[in-house]
Amino acid sequence: MAHKAQPVSKTSPVEVTGAQSLILSLESVGADTVFGLPGGAILPAYDPLMDSTKVRHILVRHEQGAGHAAQGYAAATGRVGVCMATSGPGATNLVTPIADAYMDSVPIVAITGQVSSRAIGTDAFQEADIRGITMPITKHNYLVTKADEIPRVIAEAFHIASTGRPGPVLVDISKDALQAKTTFSWPPKIHLPGYHPVVKPHAKQIREAARLIQAAQRPILYVGGGIIRAHAAEELAAFVEATGIPVVTTLMARGAFPDSHELHLGMPGMHGSVAAVTGLQKSDLLITLGARFDDRVTGELKSFAPEAKVIHADIDPAEISKNRVADVPIVGDAKAIIADLLVAVTQGDYAVDPAAYTAWRERALGWKATFPVGYSAPTGEALMPQYVIERLGAIAGPEAVYVPGVGQHQMWAAQFINYERPNSFANSGGLGTMGYSVPAAMGAQVAQPDRVVWAIDGDGCFQMTNQELATCVINRIPIKVAIINNSSLGMVRQWQTLFYNERYSNTDLHTSHAGERIPDFVKLADAYGCVGLRCESPEDVDATIRKAMEINDVPVVIDFVVERDAMVWPMVAAGVSNDLIQVARDTAPQWDREESEADEQGLDPDHDGTATGQH
Amino acid sequence: MTKHTLSVLVQDKPGVLARISALFSRRGFNIDSLAVGPTELPDVSRMTVVVDVDALPLEQVTKQLNKLVEVLKVVEIEPQNSIQRQIVLVKVRCDTATRGQIIEIAQLFRGKVVDVTPEAMSIEATGNSEKIRDFLALLEPYGIKELVQSGIVALGRGARSISDRALRSA
Repeated sequence: MAHKAQPVSKTSPVEVTGAQSLILSLESVGADTVFGLPGGAILPAYDPLMDSTKVRHILVRHEQGAGHAAQGYAAATGRVGVCMATSGPGATNLVTPIADAYMDSVPIVAITGQVSSRAIGTDAFQEADIRGITMPITKHNYLVTKADEIPRVIAEAFHIASTGRPGPVLVDISKDALQAKTTFSWPPKIHLPGYHPVVKPHAKQIREAARLIQAAQRPILYVGGGIIRAHAAEELAAFVEATGIPVVTTLMARGAFPDSHELHLGMPGMHGSVAAVTGLQKSDLLITLGARFDDRVTGELKSFAPEAKVIHADIDPAEISKNRVADVPIVGDAKAIIADLLVAVTQGDYAVDPAAYTAWRERALGWKATFPVGYSAPTGEALMPQYVIERLGAIAGPEAVYVPGVGQHQMWAAQFINYERPNSFANSGGLGTMGYSVPAAMGAQVAQPDRVVWAIDGDGCFQMTNQELATCVINRIPIKVAIINNSSLGMVRQWQTLFYNERYSNTDLHTSHAGERIPDFVKLADAYGCVGLRCESPEDVDATIRKAMEINDVPVVIDFVVERDAMVWPMVAAGVSNDLIQVARDTAPQWDREESEADEQGLDPDHDGTATGQH
Repeated sequence: MTKHTLSVLVQDKPGVLARISALFSRRGFNIDSLAVGPTELPDVSRMTVVVDVDALPLEQVTKQLNKLVEVLKVVEIEPQNSIQRQIVLVKVRCDTATRGQIIEIAQLFRGKVVDVTPEAMSIEATGNSEKIRDFLALLEPYGIKELVQSGIVALGRGARSISDRALRSA
């Protein structure tokens, strides 16, 4: 998982400026794309950048777009994403995507210009202590004031970003360092005596884990985003084949294990499938791989997986026993750990017979069958957002890359599309940044030009970062954007429906309801030079999507005008009895959304005024 | 909640102290005292932090510290196996009647009188937290005008050094 630099022949020293040294360092470390926006402090770096034949710079419209694009690039490939901005406001505009990358362990390097070192601390023009500001949200950061340090710092930054638990690294370079004369040579000597991620798991821990697995009767694989960061999907698949243990994949792990596989119970958590949530709650052994017991998965910790022992495998030792005490902690790289575990459970003392879990498997598959993921429409004419997303996934298929924003549409994108391969779903999970979708989709498309990339955005989110459509048109980055337009800040509105007596304070966006279109997304798309389409009824959905799939030279934006009152639930299809639903609810952990209050609303998920006896 | 003393070896780079304090603040760990200074090794500083936590959160504190790239080693200094000291400078109110008693207290605690004026005297004393606490308690009735404490520094007893294996090269 380490960032594999292109093999660059050792270069003999050349006399250059700091700016040239920076560009040469980026080339040497294997960066092929930088998303950025120039300004005064970073200006010296942009001159040699113009001549680089190895590094492509893509000019964005907002630095936040550059940061999210770097994230999308990294999420789609596992390679380090790179963004660049100037000092002061340029740098502070990167704070949100850096914090986002930190929460989701995404490898990015952010390079910012800084005022001249003599001026630091004097409140100079466009000065901001971005190193101080990003300390809590970066894996590590640097302030460079001497040009000689540039190659070493860049090499270290890429190394830190891409190894161990991946994360964002910021490199702040003062203007005088960029302008000074220096000598560039490669590779530099990196000096990180305090940074040694443990990659190889301890054999004793592996044995102990295998022992627990063999002894368990209701084991379950709780798979998190770490599996995708570690490129361990194949090892996981082999492990499941050998053991027959059911799997749940978190929001960050969607695609780590194929949705189509029989043993995949779905996504756990607040908006997860009943089968996945129940599987965790009834399990006697959680085999936790690259997951962190996030509160959206566990609910109130003391109510989560009450009967289970825990094996926790993670590359970050600080996550182990942070939220839930691990009976068997295993620190190491997921690929190595799963490979070793596979050996331990197929050979030797603790070899496992999949038949031993037959009763458990049948129970779990029973939940899957009884509570399939679904939704209901109040009328035949209503365009349900879940339907749009379902059809999109079916038509675009598992080879596409899906990039939602944050909110209801994000949950539906996680629930109603079948993910079959890793790196096919990129989203803002930990921070939950609205506005992630369009720029991240742009980054993913640049990284994977041969794939179809669908941004699935909300009407609220879309208005935050859509200016990057200009970047996409100019640079021929043909993303496709499906706006799930319910004229609202949907998720917030849902909570207001449930807990604030339908008092909709400040969640009306006027983008499609009651005949208003502020803005008109089709006209907006057109203004940017994209193809803009509108779809307002279920019969038109397939045709509109297919039309978008045929346009590949410019971005396509589709305004899907959908039912406003659709709700996100652990989705249950029509026909499931209320008793069963109550059983499912009673089994789940304590979510902070107070499930019982949702019950008081009656079984009326679509809020059409009728308490439907049938779900 | 009990107090634990951690010795943290860090690379001597600008901003390291800020990084560590920020870590404690954002993770909600309670710092009782913090002292930092150079060590016998060039480019390596040592921070002595006294935290007020239970055992399980202490493990989290240690692991989070270890995550920082510039942190080289984190060791808990056990009270039984270590020498713990801090220095206190205290300015006490005095007059002709009480001066003798205050000097006596200073002598009992092996403190030194470092400043004298007609209305007040300043005393310097070193010791572990309990000794300093008792010393201050005895001075309290006379009226403490001003007080500054340095925070604990600690060293393990015996021949081994905390940095013995810390700097084995990558």
